[in-house]
Amino acid sequence: MAFTHEKIETSNTLMIVLTLLVVSVGGLLEILPLFFQKSTTTPVNELVKPYDPLRLAGRDIYIREGCYNCHSQMIRPFRAETERYGHYSVAGEYVYDHPFQWGSKRTGPDLHRVGGRYSDQWHKIHLLNPRDVVPESNMPAYYWLDRPLKDPHISGKMAALRKVGVPYSDQEIADAPKALEGKTELDAVVAYLQGLGQALKQSR
Amino acid sequence: MNFNNTGDLVGFWNLYVIIIVAVSIIGCAVFLWMQGSAKHKPGEVTGHVWDETLEEYSNPLPSWWRWMFYITVVFALAYLALYPGLGSNTGSFGWTMRGQYDAEMAAAEAQYGPKFNQFLKQDVMTVAANQEARDMGGRLFQTYCSQCHGGDAGGAPSFPNLKDGDWLWGGTPEQIKETITGGRMGIMTPKGTKPDMDAEQVRDVVHYVRSLSGLTADSARVQRGAELFPQACAACHQVDGKGLQAAGYPNLTDKVWLHGSAESKQIEIVTNGMQNQMPAFGEFLGEAKVHLLTAYVWGLGGGVKPEAAAPAEPAAAEATPATAEAASAEQK
Repeated sequence: MAFTHEKIETSNTLMIVLTLLVVSVGGLLEILPLFFQKSTTTPVNELVKPYDPLRLAGRDIYIREGCYNCHSQMIRPFRAETERYGHYSVAGEYVYDHPFQWGSKRTGPDLHRVGGRYSDQWHKIHLLNPRDVVPESNMPAYYWLDRPLKDPHISGKMAALRKVGVPYSDQEIADAPKALEGKTELDAVVAYLQGLGQALKQSR
Repeated sequence: MNFNNTGDLVGFWNLYVIIIVAVSIIGCAVFLWMQGSAKHKPGEVTGHVWDETLEEYSNPLPSWWRWMFYITVVFALAYLALYPGLGSNTGSFGWTMRGQYDAEMAAAEAQYGPKFNQFLKQDVMTVAANQEARDMGGRLFQTYCSQCHGGDAGGAPSFPNLKDGDWLWGGTPEQIKETITGGRMGIMTPKGTKPDMDAEQVRDVVHYVRSLSGLTADSARVQRGAELFPQACAACHQVDGKGLQAAGYPNLTDKVWLHGSAESKQIEIVTNGMQNQMPAFGEFLGEAKVHLLTAYVWGLGGGVKPEAAAPAEPAAAEATPATAEAASAEQK
């Protein structure tokens, strides 16, 4: 046979190519088709909208502060989760997240449906010092967030997101810096949090 | 809700998945068969030589190991026949993640539903008198309400105490239920209805308001503030400062200060306005849980009986249990 054990073992190129093929089978099967499925590439309903500039800036602060280290944004379809957090998450809710913030660990609660669950004022007090409203909380205080929001690259970020499929118009991109004027980082994070998970409101 | 992705894997990608899965499983079986059927003579070496003299015997794979591998192939085939995995094939069990969730919810509804619904049929005051219902309501409160109102329902600065009989939006069962179900939004505009007030005038009004509930106040400022109050504040807080509960306008004459009684805080609120929001929980929790929570909150000590909230004397609705008792004692 032309394709013998010896032939593979003695050819670096063939060995590398075949090894890559074998280790990529899982990804080719489980990940690649998702880029072409309707349920993962189209919004689940009309309530899923691209992030407006303030929420986008808030999302970047969420990432900067490492919120995803302790908070997931993925409610699994188990009763124990949906009773506490609300409707389980579905793929079509994340189409404008690049990258998504599913997280993998919950030191704090899941945040996927935190939008509308608390008042803006609660969020502000809680972010600056969680103990002021939840005495037993072990979340760090993000007291520095009450400072002017500076995001000079907001238009560039939106243009980049448009390249990967978020439908921002030229007008929206041009107006973005204006939408951030006079806002604090706290405003941005709260706006981001209040918009989370609003697409599926009922408990199941 | 149209997010069921059954049958979402169509056309090319369906075939793509089926072919890779089939080739992987069949390929694995073929390799195993080739290994098992190869002839090995005892003592034969593979021809590999390391470190000058080290050689490798060409032995067959251990048969127990080979058979375990065959079992995994059989398992894979059985799994793909029974469960989803082979492209858009749903498997003969018809299992879906969503179906399993629905079954879990249905089982819980069968177990707990009657208990919740039994209380839903009773009126709030009856439920509030039932210890089991109070325990259930207390657990719901800890899960959904304690983040703002505190574990003991005693509130926190800017978040109302639910035990004291002082209500912004009313303490009858019906009003409490409305608050939980639809949420509330109390909005105070900056400088009330007199936006041209300067900082000194704001301070005068604040001192007048402080005098209404016996807080320390400068008497000259109180006098000037009293003249400004009707114009700037009375549209909502009424001429007597007692507010209007039906619209959520706070009473400024009692000793309850949601955001604290510090002068600086009061000046800040009058200058910049304030928004007090209670989020809506009706859609999320459903009627039965809202009913139990209403009974729990009503029964914390501050609940108002429906007849006591008669419109003839709005102040009675906001009287604390202590003052209500004092009032009835006076009558005797």
